[in-house]
Amino acid sequence: MTSADSLKRTPLADLHRELGAKMVPFAGYEMPVQYPTGIIAEHQHTREHAGLFDVSHMGQIRLEADNFNAAAAALERLVPGDVAGLQPGRMRYTQLTNPAGGILDDLMVARRGEHLFLVVNAGQKEADATHLRDDLVGRARIETLFDRALLALQGPSAAAVLMRFDSRAAEMGFMTVADLSIQGVPCIVSRSGYTGEDGFEISAAATDAVKVARLLLDHPEVKPIGLGARDSLRLEAGLCLYGHDIDETTTPIEAGLAWSIGKRRRTEGGFPGAASILEQIAQGPTRKRVGIRPDGRAPARENTEITDLKGGLIGKVTSGGFGPTLGGPICMGYVLSSHAAPGIEVQLVVRGTPRSARVAELPFVPHRYKQN
Amino acid sequence: MASVKYTDEHEWIRVDGDTATVGITDYAQNQLGDVVYVELPKPGQKVEKGKQAAVVESVKAASEVYAPITGEVIEVNQALVDEPATINSDPMGKGWFMKLRLANASELDGLMDEAGYKKFVEGLH
Repeated sequence: MTSADSLKRTPLADLHRELGAKMVPFAGYEMPVQYPTGIIAEHQHTREHAGLFDVSHMGQIRLEADNFNAAAAALERLVPGDVAGLQPGRMRYTQLTNPAGGILDDLMVARRGEHLFLVVNAGQKEADATHLRDDLVGRARIETLFDRALLALQGPSAAAVLMRFDSRAAEMGFMTVADLSIQGVPCIVSRSGYTGEDGFEISAAATDAVKVARLLLDHPEVKPIGLGARDSLRLEAGLCLYGHDIDETTTPIEAGLAWSIGKRRRTEGGFPGAASILEQIAQGPTRKRVGIRPDGRAPARENTEITDLKGGLIGKVTSGGFGPTLGGPICMGYVLSSHAAPGIEVQLVVRGTPRSARVAELPFVPHRYKQN
Repeated sequence: MASVKYTDEHEWIRVDGDTATVGITDYAQNQLGDVVYVELPKPGQKVEKGKQAAVVESVKAASEVYAPITGEVIEVNQALVDEPATINSDPMGKGWFMKLRLANASELDGLMDEAGYKKFVEGLH
């Protein structure tokens, strides 16, 4: 048990309380799970207008070497993504892999001039920093920026709101990063997110975080959104949650993340687990992450067994709940590749009772990212 | 005059003669958040004090609803299946779960009255 006293607080903790948030422990932090309007209203507000999320618990890391090529070459020792191919101001999604091809963490990597700027998961950030330092000693310098705040502004109105502070926000393409100013506060802003909607992630100094959050919340389109809706939004968007949908026992290929491994890396390898990952690309994995829609109204939660129609075990749910935009239960999980095609009928064993369901296309709700 | 009693698992029970209506408290629905699914027992089913009688699921998680007393289910609130959010909007009224025929009225003695439950909830903060 984590006692409330030992939990870390983000720079916005007092603001969350002022806004009436229900605070819960998450990844060692005291975080808002929802505000008074509740998860469904917050979810829908984000899909229709814009939501502001505090994701300051996530880890921001600066990786620097003698020049960009050296920094990229260093990081490519640990990830299968194409880092060397990043143009200035561009970012990519990749994973830190282990020698078996499992996933130690998933992360965003942005090229900021000659150095790299990484955003990693809260629960893994200390381990990631140690891993990077240990492996890249003498090759790159790792600076953790764990005190910095990170806010996500997500939804169809996000760009219009951010433009009012800095017109350059409008021109940013999906998966680009830029230095913007929010009423004099210098921010590192990327056009990215975890909801499937257009939006931004805004990194600012801890001391500026409350000012930035209040400035954004002053706009009627923007409401504060908790971790509860963050989870239902990303689940509808078919995005993986580390420690649930992906972990050290799942490979990027099984997880359906092969798109994040560029052609050059597939040819050259040179990342942890390359042998098994490249083998899986060539042969196809024995199991795959899929979306599943239960036929009835009963949600199927994480660890629910997935069977074929004869009752034979074919996999397990890794994330499951209710999709407010769809108005029904949705889940993701791993199934044998023979059962991974959309439309295949399966069963979910909920509280001992098999219930009919079918494999569904991911994402459940189409992405609406900025078209470049 | 029907009397309402409460359990430390946040169920309420309104007793009227030898029948009782059961639901979850406002505190419980508030803790759960938006309810999206409910699974009710079948009329005729026997439920046992302190044992699972229904399931309620919010966006975040599934929770068990325990029978406050032993008895037989005589009616369930079928309307909740289509409108589970009623549990959030009117937990003590239209959000009732089931009606029971009491097996042993003396079981009610161990439950809290409204003042006792209020104190109990305040102690949780």
